[in-house]
Amino acid sequence: MSIIANPGNRDRLWRSSVIALPYLWLGLFFLAPFAIVFKISLAEPLIAQPPFSPLWGIAEDGTRKLLATLDNYLFLLEDKLYWVSYLKSIKIALISTLLCLLLGFPMAYAIARTPQPWRNLLLLLVILPFWTSFLLRVYAWIIMLGKEGLINNGLLGIGIINEPISLLYTDVAVYIGIVYTYLPFMILPLYTTLEKLDLDLHDAAADLGGKPLHVFRDITLPMAMPGIIAGSLLVFIPALGEFVIPALLGGLDSLMIGRTLYDEFFMNRDWPLASAVATILLFILILPIMLFQRLQQEPQQ
Amino acid sequence: MTDTDKNNEPISQSCQGTPWKDETQTPFIKIIEVSKRFEDATAVDNVSLDIYRGELFTILGGSGCGKSTLLRMLAGFEPPTSGRIFIDDVDITDMPPYERPINMMFQSYAVFPHMSVAQNIAYGLKKEKLAKAEIKERVEEMLELVQLTDFAKRKPDQLSGGQRQRVALARALAKRPKVLLLDEPLAALDKKLREQTQFELMNLQDRLGTTFVVVTHDQEEAMTLATRIAVMKEGSFIQTGTPGEVYEFPCNHYVADFFGNINVFDATVIGNGEGTVEVELDTSGTRIIAPHHEAISEGSRIQIGVRPEKLLISTEAPTGEQYTITRGVVEDLAYYGNRCVYRVRSHTGRIIQVSAQNYQRSAELLLEWDDEVYLSWDTQCSVVLSE
Amino acid sequence: MKRSPTFLYSMLAFGFAFLYIPIFVMMLYSFNDSRLVTVWGGFTTRWYTALLENEQILEAALLSLEIAVTSATLATVLGTLAGLAMNRMGQFRGRTVFSGMIAAPLVMPEVITGLSLLLLFISLQELTGWPASRGANTVTIAHTTFAMAYVAVVVQSRLASMDQSLEEAAMDLGGRPFNVTWDITLPLIIPAMASGWLLAFTLSLDDLVIASFTSGAGASTLPMVIFSKVKLGVTPEVNALATLVIAIVSLGVLIAGWNILKKQRSAHG
Repeated sequence: MSIIANPGNRDRLWRSSVIALPYLWLGLFFLAPFAIVFKISLAEPLIAQPPFSPLWGIAEDGTRKLLATLDNYLFLLEDKLYWVSYLKSIKIALISTLLCLLLGFPMAYAIARTPQPWRNLLLLLVILPFWTSFLLRVYAWIIMLGKEGLINNGLLGIGIINEPISLLYTDVAVYIGIVYTYLPFMILPLYTTLEKLDLDLHDAAADLGGKPLHVFRDITLPMAMPGIIAGSLLVFIPALGEFVIPALLGGLDSLMIGRTLYDEFFMNRDWPLASAVATILLFILILPIMLFQRLQQEPQQ
Repeated sequence: MTDTDKNNEPISQSCQGTPWKDETQTPFIKIIEVSKRFEDATAVDNVSLDIYRGELFTILGGSGCGKSTLLRMLAGFEPPTSGRIFIDDVDITDMPPYERPINMMFQSYAVFPHMSVAQNIAYGLKKEKLAKAEIKERVEEMLELVQLTDFAKRKPDQLSGGQRQRVALARALAKRPKVLLLDEPLAALDKKLREQTQFELMNLQDRLGTTFVVVTHDQEEAMTLATRIAVMKEGSFIQTGTPGEVYEFPCNHYVADFFGNINVFDATVIGNGEGTVEVELDTSGTRIIAPHHEAISEGSRIQIGVRPEKLLISTEAPTGEQYTITRGVVEDLAYYGNRCVYRVRSHTGRIIQVSAQNYQRSAELLLEWDDEVYLSWDTQCSVVLSE
Repeated sequence: MKRSPTFLYSMLAFGFAFLYIPIFVMMLYSFNDSRLVTVWGGFTTRWYTALLENEQILEAALLSLEIAVTSATLATVLGTLAGLAMNRMGQFRGRTVFSGMIAAPLVMPEVITGLSLLLLFISLQELTGWPASRGANTVTIAHTTFAMAYVAVVVQSRLASMDQSLEEAAMDLGGRPFNVTWDITLPLIIPAMASGWLLAFTLSLDDLVIASFTSGAGASTLPMVIFSKVKLGVTPEVNALATLVIAIVSLGVLIAGWNILKKQRSAHG
């Protein structure tokens, strides 16, 4: 709506409250907390309530003195555990994204080519799991992957293996869990771009002598790119900070950073260190998040 | 114009005569040096305009000429970058849309989909906080006016395009605005309905006497509806006048072209007379004394335009001093039943278009391809086009 | 690609098998009389009975529902306002920061959101004494905060596709900005608000991480209870619970989907 030349006071009040209410809420409960996290990441852990040192102290000469320290960040660099955790998270998120893409692309493509009303039904089936409990669906894989689970039983039954293999509490389980959970996030944006793709273009390209693989490379792939990027970011970003999946399906060595942070906070009660872990994770995520936001804004302009 | 007593139904308040030529009349809408600049473009460029009470004024122009922006400034949706707008001697420039004595019929009609026809019409009256009984009465009056009484309880999605248009019209008129703005009122209707609606709109305006300002890109619509037309291009008015004036006396090539076809000859001014200019056509060397109210300095390059229907086509040279005559060969012809259009190649090699009424009843063509013909026109019909 | 639909459709079949087999297996085992996954001990409904007698789970479910309804309602109000601010209020100072704050919760890792909110609550408590204790109230605030972003996105996309001349027409007819929103905009975006509410409700019911951070002693939401149980392995009561949840949700989604389809059909025919 256009902005009116000269609204009265009452109308200005209405406009200000529409903006101010959500603005203040988000400012208080979303933006401010980050400042606090950053502040605490510069403190020292104490055995006290709250378990960290104040940022300002009184020096011997009675003046205020900044007590901030970078010790937590230095510690993160020194201790192998943390950067192994970060690297492992990135690795798992990247591979899971790729797996989602490899499975999601043909699925989205097949759905886009299915005639109505079957297409809507298939889409509904993709979305349906999203509405059911995420936690319970991850839990379902505990049944599937256990030593006595369905997969081991099946493999034993057809004689591929002689004794149960370890699946649960390994990285493989984490990959399966992430792909399983985030697959719909990959399929939906892919489907949106592939649906718009004109099948005549394919016929035209094929008619001009394009081999199927070339048609795919020259026509389909470039046109699906926005969907590929959006879908990949939608999988990669939450996968990077994932906690529940490695906590339920991963082994002791599947230390993803979300889990490390959780343990640091709840088990070790080292709040400053947990805050530093969170701050660095946020920095890693800034780039993909900004990329994602730009993608979201483009079609609106 | 006199204000009729409110209780008496006015017979006709609509614009009579030519108030724009009468200096004692005060304009009803005054647009004074209004500009609208957006970040990267000027949509309306220092425009001034007077519109009189009861006029059905049309702003005509192609897409992007600034006509919609001007209309939106009148309605109050866009504040002008500079300039003032007055209605009935009240400065409304800084007034928000909901306080202006103006209502608008939107191009999309913008009929509220979640309200019935009657609720749509009543909306503006409710916001005015009129008494329930009065709202009811006015809604009924409006329903009758646009012949939708039987549809009062329908929802918009159960109406045809033409009916929705009438709901939008009734809704905007229900508040008895001083000015009704209409944004491309007929564009969304099919051709048949458009012609019918056009006359209904004119009758309605005539009966109510409300000042209408119509924005359109369709010159036919503008010609048939308007008391006056303002032709707009690139944010400015290039010509304002009655339909007859803009058609017969277009000020330049663009306006001439906008209202139908015209043959244009390049020419040089060789002298000025009283209310006339003498020019020489470049290609043929023919000298013409054409009517023009302003003197043009000698040697200026101008254009002379002649409408196809002003040209006479004949196998013999017409006599009479007033005629400008040239010769040519029929190169192409199209038979329309009521008239023929000829494309004649003159001896200088250029194509001239002629439209001739078929006033004789004959199944055979009077003229054939490759016939040698004389083309002539009354010098009074030559139009001097600037640029 | 056109020549090998077999490949495409076998991938599709595989994908759906991948998505649905674990769910079906879990549902099947909720009726298994044996605690062991390998053994089919016969059909039983005793896990359902056990579930309904488990006060810890029932209490947690009640708490979760309470939090979900409150936070979804709050999130719908705030998210709708945020959508209106982004789409109907033109330019205002700090708009860029605002749009960032609306979009960021969608992609923020839950561990960060949870940690930062907890630290905020603790700092606030130190400074102002509020919130005196953490529990349903703090979890509700946390859920409102991240769910309102989802509502804002849904509402915003509806607003963007809406014919703005409807609102201009209302204003032209004498509606003040508040009236226009109340009379025209809100009635027309109610479907978007409803799906926003449902989304917020589901997200809240489902959240484990943020609730674990922001809740206090004694206030365990349903996901927190489930998590503590399944961390130890397969739990038949949870199978029963999962079956119930999935059945209810699927029924709801199918009914909604059916209605949408029917509406589309009648609109076309």
